[in-house]
Amino acid sequence: MSTPVQPSPAPGKKINRIGLEPVAYRGLKTTLCAGCGHNAITERLIDAFFEMGIDPSQVIKLSGIGCSSKSPAYFMNSAHGFNSVHGRMPSVATGAVVSNRKMIAIGVSGDGDTGAIGIGQFVHLMRRNLPMIYVIEDNGCYGLTKGQFSPTADLGSRLKTGVVNDLPPIDTCSLAIELGASFVARSFSGDPKQLKAILKAALSHRGTCMIDVLSPCVTFNDHDGSTKSYSYAKDHEEPLADVSFVPYFEDINVDYDPGTTTAVTLHNGSKLLLKKMAEDYNPTDKSRALNLLRESVARDEFATGILYVEPDKQDFLDLLGIVDEPLASLDASRTRPGKAALDEIMESFR
Amino acid sequence: MSVTDAAVEAAGPREHTQPIVNNFSIQVATVNGSGSQTANLVLLRSIFQMGVPVAGKNMFPSNIAGLPTWYTIRASAKGYIGRRKEVDFLVAMNPETAKDDVASLAPGAAVVYDEPLKLNTLRSDLVFYPVPFDKLMQPITHDAKLRRLVRNMVYDGVLSRLLSIDMGQMEKALRKQMGKKQKAIELNMSALKAGCDYAEANLPKQDPFVIEPMDKTAGMILIEGNAAAAIGCMMAGVTFVGWYPITPSSSLCESLIDYLKKYRREPETGKATYAVIQAEDELAALGMVLGAGWVGARAMTSSSGPGISLMAEFTGLGYYAEIPAVIFDVQRCGPSTGLPTRTGQQDILSTSVLSHGDTKHPLLLPASVTECYSMAMDAFDLAEQLQSPVFVMMDLDLGMNTWMARPFEYPTKPLERGKRLDAATLKRLGEFGRYRDVDGDGIPYRTVAGDGMPAYFTRGSGHNEIAQYSERAEDYARNLDRLARKFETARTLVPKPEVELVATGKVGIIAYGTTHWAIEESRDQLRQEARLETSYLRLRAYPFTPEVAAFIDACDRVYVVEQNRDSQMLSLLRMECTAGQIAKLRGIPHYAGLPLDGRSVTEAVLKQEG
Repeated sequence: MSTPVQPSPAPGKKINRIGLEPVAYRGLKTTLCAGCGHNAITERLIDAFFEMGIDPSQVIKLSGIGCSSKSPAYFMNSAHGFNSVHGRMPSVATGAVVSNRKMIAIGVSGDGDTGAIGIGQFVHLMRRNLPMIYVIEDNGCYGLTKGQFSPTADLGSRLKTGVVNDLPPIDTCSLAIELGASFVARSFSGDPKQLKAILKAALSHRGTCMIDVLSPCVTFNDHDGSTKSYSYAKDHEEPLADVSFVPYFEDINVDYDPGTTTAVTLHNGSKLLLKKMAEDYNPTDKSRALNLLRESVARDEFATGILYVEPDKQDFLDLLGIVDEPLASLDASRTRPGKAALDEIMESFR
Repeated sequence: MSVTDAAVEAAGPREHTQPIVNNFSIQVATVNGSGSQTANLVLLRSIFQMGVPVAGKNMFPSNIAGLPTWYTIRASAKGYIGRRKEVDFLVAMNPETAKDDVASLAPGAAVVYDEPLKLNTLRSDLVFYPVPFDKLMQPITHDAKLRRLVRNMVYDGVLSRLLSIDMGQMEKALRKQMGKKQKAIELNMSALKAGCDYAEANLPKQDPFVIEPMDKTAGMILIEGNAAAAIGCMMAGVTFVGWYPITPSSSLCESLIDYLKKYRREPETGKATYAVIQAEDELAALGMVLGAGWVGARAMTSSSGPGISLMAEFTGLGYYAEIPAVIFDVQRCGPSTGLPTRTGQQDILSTSVLSHGDTKHPLLLPASVTECYSMAMDAFDLAEQLQSPVFVMMDLDLGMNTWMARPFEYPTKPLERGKRLDAATLKRLGEFGRYRDVDGDGIPYRTVAGDGMPAYFTRGSGHNEIAQYSERAEDYARNLDRLARKFETARTLVPKPEVELVATGKVGIIAYGTTHWAIEESRDQLRQEARLETSYLRLRAYPFTPEVAAFIDACDRVYVVEQNRDSQMLSLLRMECTAGQIAKLRGIPHYAGLPLDGRSVTEAVLKQEG
């Protein structure tokens, strides 16, 4: 394990609780289109990791293929990154996280990478409740191949070329809740405050955090007739609650009215405060969450916020019963059984 | 009738005065799901315990219950453990196939059969032993299910008497097979005795086949290749297994799971020093393995043809992003679903270049259960040394059938973990370049998450020496050239072939994997029957080492014998040989789904030799 280099910043420079400046969380310059929602998400990831004081050398960043999947290169240069193959990041992440449980894993996918080619691996990742954050940068189309519909495109949504989507969308949040993910949220790249709070909460949770973020494609899917455009999202976003996040390391007295605010204590002791907005919503009620998603679709709204959270659910690593140290760094003395074991096995075949 | 002992057996129906000792094949024809496996293994083990070399081969359908299954046991005093085509002693238990089974026998063979089948009316040149199985089972148990399962032990009892297999050995083998299940042992012993007593009272010996004690199996074990490979994986210190069930490879990971549970949990905490995940498909299985290998775990998967095809994309990523992975291919018959329960060596060519673009992968080629064990360990070392996927090319015959072997030796070599960057190396190099060839062997240094060394970005897209995205022609070509150089380094690291150059043997044979056992027998036949001395090279890995070209140069003609239609290994040889060497190569392909037998090789060689 590396210890982060503790810089001694000039007075007045912004540093986080482990002594790092924001620059330590930055990556390469983005090559995505100007105004792409994905870049805004990258910024929120940088904010969240910085503010939570997470050592980038203890992070692994993974992705599949597509515009979204390029973005791990644009944050946390000093973290190991893996841009894998189309739709198959979940399996790579599973092998990596299980083999080094000390790492904090962030996966970035897109709506095609998750909902089409990757749906098989996505649903099984959700079932396993592997500890990782899985962000879908959802723009309802394939940007890198110039704008074809993806499976999250809404019925009746129209491409610039006039093509109308005639199949119903896959709701990745409903799927994730149904299949066992223990932290499921939906947000909008144009709602920085909410998105950052959700990401910080996700960094405090143990289990699969599935976060679907509407992230408009300014080049191919930001026109009238699209249901994934900035203006459509702004008009139809329906936050379930005002999300506030109180990290465990900030010694502040949290004052809230239990009548209007639901408090959820997360794995590491951080608190999530959800101040009710539109309606009475309890994010720990699975059936309620699924119903709400259905109802909001019927109202042509997209509900955002923390849809479902189950803070104490057993994660995949506990289920596997593996040792506390990373499997990958175990010494041969612990991974190669002694001669007596081989002798015993040989005896059984005599 | 055996045609191997031509001098004894050439004269048609046998005179029974001359016994045939420890040199014949028994075939048991049953219905799958009828519990015959216990009876067959007890029979095999009893002969083995008497010191007689044996080999057991199961020919089974892709089905759970109700279809024909044949189990063949070959006893061979000379130690031949390859398949032998001829059946000398048939146990006909399956009414569906009984007539065909009897029709296929050579004159002089013996048949034990279920009396109501009345097989004795079919031919007059065989020895028939009718046994009333149901009647013999009546006093043993009233439970219909148990009766069906234990019924097969009756033929073991009959054979014990007819073939002079010691009843004490039968009982010992049965106890070994049943473990501590006392009630089951008693029930099976009753059936065994009933068969033996019936044969003694009613079936006078009329055939020449006899088992006599020898001393050729002392200290040896009987094991399936999949279990042997699993033991090798555990001893290699595997820490991550991602797999998806497929015949005939499932029992490799299933055995491994059993061993890991027993031997790889920390005594104090009970926690596992490994993880096994049954993936959603083979794509995910290899994806998980690459993720695990990427962070530094010793990771493996096991599959067969259809699964290997699905792994193609990830294999290419492993090759290009340079991530260690061990992949077992327990080959079966393709194309497509093919014959899932039949054996072959049909994935050689496709696996050597699995995935799109310019890729090539090392293949290890175990011929024996001992090599399944040792090459499993070699594969993990090679994968980490080469930072690349390495395939272990087994087959169904090796993986699922029972083979004799000396007990496996405990590994003395430390694990090879490959070039991992550390502080001292970083200081020496001055700078970390993930894909920079600093030693001239094509193998760069790598770092893994959490090791405190510099991070890098792993990708399947074009990259330069410092792992940056690059579409520059020079970067791309330099990288591909280095990967080719790395493959040349692989040539110096893989197991070398076994070579037997005979001074007078200008005719050479190249073979690999389980084909070896047919070659061993065929070379003796060629020597004894046709006075043809042959030189022999058994490949143990791809890429080829310099011994291969030298062998071809030393021969006038080289027969490349393998179990596929298109002479796939010959094709790989052609890619590397000179025109003069290529002119010497002749393919002997075998693709029946059944293991290759020595006689077929002998006939094919003699036909071409003229």
